[in-house]
Amino acid sequence: MEAEVYKYLAAGLAIGLGAIGSAIGEGMIGSKALEAIGRNPETSGKITPLMFVAMAVTESTAIYALVVALIILFG
Amino acid sequence: MGLNISLAPEVIFHIGSFPITNAFFVSIFVTVIVLAVFLLIANRFQTVPTRFQALVEILFEEAFDFVESIIGNREKAKRIFPLVFTMFIFILFANLLTYIPGQAAVTLKTEEGVMPLFRAAMADYGVVFMMTMVSVILMQIVAIAVHGPFGYLGKFFNFKGPLDFFLGLMDIVGEIAKIVSLSFRLFGNIFAGEVLGAVMLFLAPYFIPLPFMFLGLLTAFVQAFVFSVLTLVFISMASTIEEDELVEEASI
Repeated sequence: MEAEVYKYLAAGLAIGLGAIGSAIGEGMIGSKALEAIGRNPETSGKITPLMFVAMAVTESTAIYALVVALIILFG
Repeated sequence: MGLNISLAPEVIFHIGSFPITNAFFVSIFVTVIVLAVFLLIANRFQTVPTRFQALVEILFEEAFDFVESIIGNREKAKRIFPLVFTMFIFILFANLLTYIPGQAAVTLKTEEGVMPLFRAAMADYGVVFMMTMVSVILMQIVAIAVHGPFGYLGKFFNFKGPLDFFLGLMDIVGEIAKIVSLSFRLFGNIFAGEVLGAVMLFLAPYFIPLPFMFLGLLTAFVQAFVFSVLTLVFISMASTIEEDELVEEASI
């Protein structure tokens, strides 16, 4: 195989494997936040911004993988 | 027709030997527009607000209350609010600029070819990196001001035991990781949004990319919010004295 093929393979593997962990984490955050809002709907205004911040923090590992993949593809 | 995606911003012209990239141009452009809008409102400040002024007032009040609720102290909130809110407004406007229809068609002819004049400013790592450095350096300054220079260094070089020493060294890694995580989060999200939009437009033009653009609008807002809130949270963490430290001081 040529070097170009390895490049695309590496980019695909980087983002594909890197997204697994944060996908699970974000799913848990979303489900827990919705559970909390379901139990106590008045707190939704407080929970929603915190949920977004927690999601963004969880997302960061996937974003590292994404940046690596993008650098492999376009850098 | 090929996809035209580049990680580095395009150089549109030179001032002397200093290259002006389109990301730099857009960040200056956004700064000027935001300044003009808010100076105009500040100059025409009325006791009975017009509709637009009322909107801006509500925005400021809500934002200030939110900052106060996170940092937990009105005096501290007054000090940190200008920086955090400016970051939020700047990132938000820079992100939303790319969703104005027709701006992508504005191009400039240079020696290296035709370059787009506008680009998502946050999709250039240089712009994001500078903003991150501002917030990270400010965090360190706040921490030094609150704990004192020796207290600050004592957090990293702890000789109470092997475990404490190791954890102190890990804190140094944590501080450096903040630079990477803060900047990559914003850069990665916005750049990925740009790439996604371009790829969808390339594969299936006109209607299929629309939902992805809505997603991009959401990202533009959420990432501006997250960047400024994380800066706020890190600074408020640096400015609080932990309880065990207080106990230690009391015992001395």
